Amino acid sequence: MTAAARIIINEVKSYHNFLKFMIGLVVLAVLASAVRFIFGLGSTTNMNDTYPWGLWISFDVVTAVPLAAGAFTLGAIVHCFHIKKLEPLVRPAIVTGFLGYSLVCIGLLLDLGQPHKGWHTLVYWNVHSPMFEVSMCVMAYTTVLFLEFLSPVCEKFGYHMPLRVLRWLEMPLVIAAASISTLHQSSLGTFFLIAVDKLHNLWYNPLLPLQFWMSAIFTGMSIIILEATMVHRYLGQPDESELLEVLTKILPWVLGAYLTVKIAAMAFLSHGPLFDRPVLLALFLVEVIVGVIMPMVMFMKESNREDNRMQLRGASMIIFGVVLNRFNVSMFGMIQADQVIYYPSIVESLVTIGIIAGHILFFVLLAKYFPIFEHHPETVDYSLPDHFHEVDGHEQAKGVEA
Amino acid sequence: MSGNSKDFSKQRTFLIDTTKCTGCRGCQVACKQWNQLGAENTKFFSGEGYQNPPAMSEYTFTRIKFKDYQKNGQNEFAFYKEMCMHCNEPACASVCPVGAFVKTPEGPVVYNAGRCIGCRFCMIACPFGIPKYEWSKAFPLVKKCTGCYGRVKEGLQPACATTCPTAISYGSRSDMIAEAERRLKNRPKHYYPAIYGKEEAGGTSVIYLTHQPLDELGFKPVTTRPLPSYTWQALRLVPGIFLTMGGGLSLISWFNHRKERIKQEEAFKNSKVAPETAETKTREENQ
Repeated sequence: MTAAARIIINEVKSYHNFLKFMIGLVVLAVLASAVRFIFGLGSTTNMNDTYPWGLWISFDVVTAVPLAAGAFTLGAIVHCFHIKKLEPLVRPAIVTGFLGYSLVCIGLLLDLGQPHKGWHTLVYWNVHSPMFEVSMCVMAYTTVLFLEFLSPVCEKFGYHMPLRVLRWLEMPLVIAAASISTLHQSSLGTFFLIAVDKLHNLWYNPLLPLQFWMSAIFTGMSIIILEATMVHRYLGQPDESELLEVLTKILPWVLGAYLTVKIAAMAFLSHGPLFDRPVLLALFLVEVIVGVIMPMVMFMKESNREDNRMQLRGASMIIFGVVLNRFNVSMFGMIQADQVIYYPSIVESLVTIGIIAGHILFFVLLAKYFPIFEHHPETVDYSLPDHFHEVDGHEQAKGVEA
Repeated sequence: MSGNSKDFSKQRTFLIDTTKCTGCRGCQVACKQWNQLGAENTKFFSGEGYQNPPAMSEYTFTRIKFKDYQKNGQNEFAFYKEMCMHCNEPACASVCPVGAFVKTPEGPVVYNAGRCIGCRFCMIACPFGIPKYEWSKAFPLVKKCTGCYGRVKEGLQPACATTCPTAISYGSRSDMIAEAERRLKNRPKHYYPAIYGKEEAGGTSVIYLTHQPLDELGFKPVTTRPLPSYTWQALRLVPGIFLTMGGGLSLISWFNHRKERIKQEEAFKNSKVAPETAETKTREENQ
């Protein structure tokens, strides 16, 4: 017992200082959530009857879900549209997605008044509620991601039978992931369709769900770019900018389509004044120009698409834009002209910071202990450890070729 | 939510004639007593005007708002009773993921605390800002006017309507609307020509008559379309989108895999090496 503990302590001691800092942030967040449960939502957060939803819903749920969209986007691109050379990016994306969704669930449970009754959504169905739809989808999708995530775990421990099952499940899981994600990414936008006279016209229009879905797609791709670049820079993995170029080629199209839908919906489908609130207008412009137009124009040029630094820059702008967009919709745009401004309390901020830190921390740790980067075309073929000698020639050929 | 097919005319409805309200706030007291709501420590003039408590809360399901105005050079008060509107098609009931809100056939919209998970979507959705949260508690629930459902079911009137000496009438929705229209017709100069709640949010079980323009009294301008229809127009597409997406992606991937397979078979054919040999060869390599 003590020996095992000593091994763990020594292991943790050997971590990079950055990781230790992340561990510290996570511990702080755990303490902050304990404080929330002991003293109640009212006294520990700045939420009140005017602001029933604060930072936790705006970031931990509404923003974190599109940020975790990389797994389904890339899964569909690689497996359904058969761009097989992107395969090395899939596993890290799945890990990012799985961590993201698990943390969304944790964030949501902290925010619920009655987290112990969270299972009620499974029992008391209300199909008219976007929240019901989203919670069912998030639970289903977290399960899907967990199953996809099991592959590296099984490889690590050499469980070959489950690996065969998982391999057989691969395509159904990818398709389920994309369909379920389409539903809940868009339904997050449906949330705010009920806020008819509350959400400002710059964002309120009936196509909000479509916009949420489209922005989830390009955010997913940007997160993959960000994650692959960071992993290259700090975890010593090979430079993938050649593969990322495929994504940067797709990005301007998705961004362009999104921009068209957004502007058209705002121009033709919204009712009431658009430009009556200068602050909101400024937020809107920043979101659209920095988060959509600039990266779109940037990635239209081939030299930018290939350049590792420009890839990262563009992806970061897109991510910034989407975060701002989700905050605009779920918070800033909902503030009425005469309301006091909400800002998150220390406990709220600590928890959210801890969730982000936890994401980075667990990603690095998983990368450390599980084979999540080892799907490299040069070094590994994708087939299972073939103990039954049943892999036929076609699959073998595919693995070698890719 | 197909609202048109449902008949709301028999549902119990409050007719609140604010021109007859004296501002005695007996309704506030009766509400607190019947619902056993705690007192709040408040200060006078801590809110917008004379009204006290300063805001609706987990302890206050209804309150009288005061509005000063000038009439013939004299200061006058107008009053407005703030309470749950008990919408015909309530937004709170439509957005609640566990169906904790129910529009009862009698009229009141009631809340089932046992089901509630505390997500506060109802508070976002309600166009009138009615559901309030127990912010003081570690595991809070939502609180709102019950329409005194327990009393109504037993044939009594709600506590506030029973207490009110002048302004609140309570009866079937069609009767109350007829009565409101009769009053508007008989004394057109006395009333602002609108019945708030007849059309608002698709019709509510609380309707108001006023002397002042509605917005001056603090009535929120609310869409006349039932709110659940705004989300339902997107949500009704969910099964279709799921099937299209799943089916479409399955087809696409089947097609692409087939293309790949054919390409490989062609390659085998062209390479003059018998497929069996190729297979055994790779297998050997693998081992």
